[in-house]
Amino acid sequence: MPELLAKSALGGRTLTVGKTTLAEASLGPLTSIALFPGQGAAVSAALGHPFPAPNTTSGPLIWTGRDQAFLMGQAPDLTGLAATTDQTGAWSALRLTGPDAEAALMRLVPLDLRLASFPPSTSARSGLNHMGLILVREAEGFLVLTFRSMAETAWHELETALQALAARAHL
Amino acid sequence: MLIKCPLCGPRDRREFYYYGSDDYLNRPGEAAPPSAWDDYLHNRDNPAGMTRDLWYHEMGCTSWLVVTRDTVTHDIHAVEPVAERGTTA
Amino acid sequence: MRIDGKGLIDRTRPISFRFDGKSLMGCAGDTLASALMANGVKVVGRSFKYHRPRGILTAGSEEPNAMVEILEDGQQTPNTRATMQELFEGLSAQSQNRWPSLRWDLLSINDYAAPFLSAGFYYKTFMWPRAFWERVYEPMIRRAAGLGSLSGRHDEADYEKAYAFCDLLVIGAGPTGLMAALTAARAGADVILATEDSRLGGRLLSDETQIDNGAGIDWVEQVEAELRSLPNVRIMSRTTVTGAYDHGSFGALERVGLHVPHRPHLPRECFWRIRAAQAILATGALERPIAFPNNDRPGIMLAGAVQTYLNRYGTVPGQRVTLFANNDNARHVARQLMAAGVTVAAILDSRPDASVLEDCPVYLGATVTGTEGRHGLTSIEVAHAGGTLTLQTDCLAVSGGWNPTLHLTCHMNGRPTWREDIAAFVPTPGSVPNLTPAGAANGDFSTWACLIAGRDAAARVLGNLGKTADDTALPQAEDAPYRLTQLWAVDGKARAWLDFANDVTTKDVRLSAQEGFRSVEHMKRYTTQGMAPDQGKNSNIGALAVLADATGRAIPETGTTIYRPPYSPVSIASMGAGARGKGFAPQRFLTSHKASVDRNAPMIEAGMWYRPSYFPKPGETSWQQSCTREVNMVRSTVGVADVSTLGKIDLQGKDAARFLDFVYTNTFSTLPVGRVRYGLMLREDGHVLDDGTTARLAEHHFLMTTTTAAAGLVMRHLEFVHQAFCATWDVRFISVTESWAQFAVAGPKSRALLTSLLDHDPALPFMGMAPVTVQGVQSRLFRISFSGEEGYEIAVPTAYGEALFRDLVARAETLGGGPYGMEALNVLRIEKGFITHAEIHGRTTAFDIGMEKMVSAKKDCIGKAAATRPGMIGPDRQQLVGLKPLTDTQITAGAHLFAPSAKAVRVNDLGYVTSVCHSPTLNSYLGLGFLHNGRARIGEQVRLVDHLRKIDVLCEVRDPVFFDKTGEKLRA
Repeated sequence: MPELLAKSALGGRTLTVGKTTLAEASLGPLTSIALFPGQGAAVSAALGHPFPAPNTTSGPLIWTGRDQAFLMGQAPDLTGLAATTDQTGAWSALRLTGPDAEAALMRLVPLDLRLASFPPSTSARSGLNHMGLILVREAEGFLVLTFRSMAETAWHELETALQALAARAHL
Repeated sequence: MLIKCPLCGPRDRREFYYYGSDDYLNRPGEAAPPSAWDDYLHNRDNPAGMTRDLWYHEMGCTSWLVVTRDTVTHDIHAVEPVAERGTTA
Repeated sequence: MRIDGKGLIDRTRPISFRFDGKSLMGCAGDTLASALMANGVKVVGRSFKYHRPRGILTAGSEEPNAMVEILEDGQQTPNTRATMQELFEGLSAQSQNRWPSLRWDLLSINDYAAPFLSAGFYYKTFMWPRAFWERVYEPMIRRAAGLGSLSGRHDEADYEKAYAFCDLLVIGAGPTGLMAALTAARAGADVILATEDSRLGGRLLSDETQIDNGAGIDWVEQVEAELRSLPNVRIMSRTTVTGAYDHGSFGALERVGLHVPHRPHLPRECFWRIRAAQAILATGALERPIAFPNNDRPGIMLAGAVQTYLNRYGTVPGQRVTLFANNDNARHVARQLMAAGVTVAAILDSRPDASVLEDCPVYLGATVTGTEGRHGLTSIEVAHAGGTLTLQTDCLAVSGGWNPTLHLTCHMNGRPTWREDIAAFVPTPGSVPNLTPAGAANGDFSTWACLIAGRDAAARVLGNLGKTADDTALPQAEDAPYRLTQLWAVDGKARAWLDFANDVTTKDVRLSAQEGFRSVEHMKRYTTQGMAPDQGKNSNIGALAVLADATGRAIPETGTTIYRPPYSPVSIASMGAGARGKGFAPQRFLTSHKASVDRNAPMIEAGMWYRPSYFPKPGETSWQQSCTREVNMVRSTVGVADVSTLGKIDLQGKDAARFLDFVYTNTFSTLPVGRVRYGLMLREDGHVLDDGTTARLAEHHFLMTTTTAAAGLVMRHLEFVHQAFCATWDVRFISVTESWAQFAVAGPKSRALLTSLLDHDPALPFMGMAPVTVQGVQSRLFRISFSGEEGYEIAVPTAYGEALFRDLVARAETLGGGPYGMEALNVLRIEKGFITHAEIHGRTTAFDIGMEKMVSAKKDCIGKAAATRPGMIGPDRQQLVGLKPLTDTQITAGAHLFAPSAKAVRVNDLGYVTSVCHSPTLNSYLGLGFLHNGRARIGEQVRLVDHLRKIDVLCEVRDPVFFDKTGEKLRA
């Protein structure tokens, strides 16, 4: 029997406007980990990384809400310690890198994303215009997670913001 | 409007969903008289001044919050997580 | 007329533009207003009500007269202030509110009808006859009274929205703002310096003030260079801070691309939301006119504006200028004009005791009592201490003093304070938290005082930010005292204008007082003073003074209206930037989207989701045909539908079952692993919130499904119940809606299809579930049905959704089936009496839909107490029923139900229809609806009436389940 073909939301799309690049990223498995009451230390030990504090990342872990984080990777057995679900296909991942990345996001996200306020390893749960958002500042630019079904809209919003910034640069 | 989410920090109002008075937290027991349920469900004060109401950080950490604020000055005096009240049904 | 050697314009860069079709030339650095003035254009618009010819009054965003339409690519932007529109090559503008031309405007007849058009004329005149209101009066008034017009086309231009954050927002870039920004920037604060102007400098660009013994403009450029070199400073020019809001929020409108020809992707405007820990209001002051008879002729301008046109744009509005003022400050204007070689006909100072210094006729105790010149000022009548005279003059520069630009301090309900010494309102301290007014905006009018105020305000604010100001040296500047004697209006027979934009005169204000509208708020509404696009910037204080006089009160006693946002108009397009087409709302696409489109399925919006309506086959010409085929296909073979839009919530933990028992009316703790149960969820007020199925995947692991519409709502509800009432319980839940692509496989051959697909067929009973593998992919299979047929739903990780959908459809087709869309899905569920949010619309109870037995008596649950209250149950409720028309007639959702013999009027209303379809299975139209005491009426007839669609038909009341009541097919 033939294997089912896996597809990402945007087929690996890439766009460069000026010196800023927007690209669909492939993150591999993504697992949600929600702590059961009082199990933070045990889960940190099982994962080999401290469970991330709000608005931060910790190794492959991204804080995503109340006692909740996403693990970029497969989770070990956390039975009794935390609830885990597979979120791999649920999110569309975009990487935004280059000089206009911050300004483009600050057209859509109501957060202070300036480097001093939102340095690498910072994460936030917020909104990309009308869409739910998980945002991570990486060493080079931003990782932008939105619901997979909304990937086209997320792309459209960021593309529009980048084009406007590029047009401003030529004033 | 800026609400200081205890987990996420100061966040724009658009990340939150507004629900209503924190009276909703004081659920009468199953055996409570109809008048208690009537008060719980329908009767609310509308003060010019301090209120305590419920906001949900829907586009954030999903915390339900009790926000103490002044409807005259719009000052926000306290933001507390609902979950830390520690009550059970 | 240009003045040689004056101005900050670039004469080496000529720019051609058009006004009312005529080609004219200006220079780089001009505004449309200054370029029109340089070309000798005097009349630039017609007034709102009387259609009087009007010229330029000001040099800023407060301009009430010179409003034009900007034409671009077939678009026209009305009410653009010529004083703010920067000139660019090819700019095309036209005057507005005139017909057929600016010079010959037929509606200027209104000016002669002025005695009938005074304040409140429309309240009084158009009372009778009633029939004339809509047909005669309103169209007539609308045509006559109006400003610019629109193209009637969609605005396809780009707009932008953005957020910004800073420690300190400095609003205004004159001496105060520059000094404040510099002080704060040197101390390391993150500063945003916003100015409405295209360049920094404020009044220093206009008044030739010396700073440190050099030109003011040189100091401006030096400060600007330093600010631009600092990484902690962001200069936002062409940006008007339009509103002050809660908790340090400010709205600001940036004119991004309005000063250049159209370019692709370049936003016209950007609406900024700025968060500032501290703000300094350094917005300066606005000069105010004096009301005197016929003071609205083209050529009568504010003195400070004449100064701006002279010094910044190198142009003057006339050959013989007269100055009319009540203060010292304005007399600089006359001196500068003379120094530039412009003839000053006279200085008219209203103060009998003012000095006489200038080398031109100076009349003291002087007022202007009349003017002449319809299309441009020609002469004025003057009364002065020594008599009267007529002066030939083509420009009258007027100054009635200055009003601090304090508008933002009122935006949070602050009321300004009257200061008698400067005869002006000043900001009341603390009106907006963390906003410090400084300089002219705070009533300090000398340049030196502004520089000090800017530095000191910054130093104070830095203290609040935990930073310390360096010892920034203050430059030297003039510190002339500001002396004025109040003069608001000069009496005379002719009308004296207060509000140019709305054509309100002193007489209108007095009439208002006389007719009892003595409160300033009433006067404003009665006369419409201050309600034009300039929002009273030129007229509020003057009108207040006239009202005070008319009512025998002092100005502070009379009060003032307070200013609301926005400071100057904000286009709706900028506030809604991006919310058009794809940006209106997120578009949610299914993994099967492309496969459906490939099969020519029309995609319809269901919430934010796009779902296939039906899958047309060759030869089918209507949706109904395709839908009927798809229904028959599901009932006879097998159909495949994408149901991934249903909300899916994964619940885990030792208390997960207990939690479900609390949020659902029925019991889930007794559900065996591997089984699925239908659940009903109530709001605490006893009405149905949502319904759906929940499967037990393991002892402490459940998967809840919600309706598509309520997925977010249910999640919010579960979070509330958990955090508010049982936060210590061991249960965690998360949405997995997007983790799984899920497909319904329904029909008598569904099992055959799945057997061919699955690596191993778990042979599920009805309402069973099991993990399965599909071509090696871990998946889940549920035996549930929304069609009434034997049915399954199979879920695969989202990445495999498209592949599985194509595979399922191909397999279905080999069995004589295929895909089905929303239309067929809806017919199938109506035939089976399954409800959706058309039925559980927020006002229905468990009793209404016949599910009161699902409210378990053995446990508490959300909504239980209210659900059993009187009024929520019983024969007086409208209850869910099926409806079948007696004749083959289309019925409609939204129609109402009546007794067969009753008149179809509201008082006889017995219920309404929520869902309808044409059922191929029963070969009839079918409906679901709510009928008063409906379950007791099954078998009776009701009259179904839709007044809008002219439908009136008798229906048989049926059980809502039309098809397979006993569920034999489901369990097959």
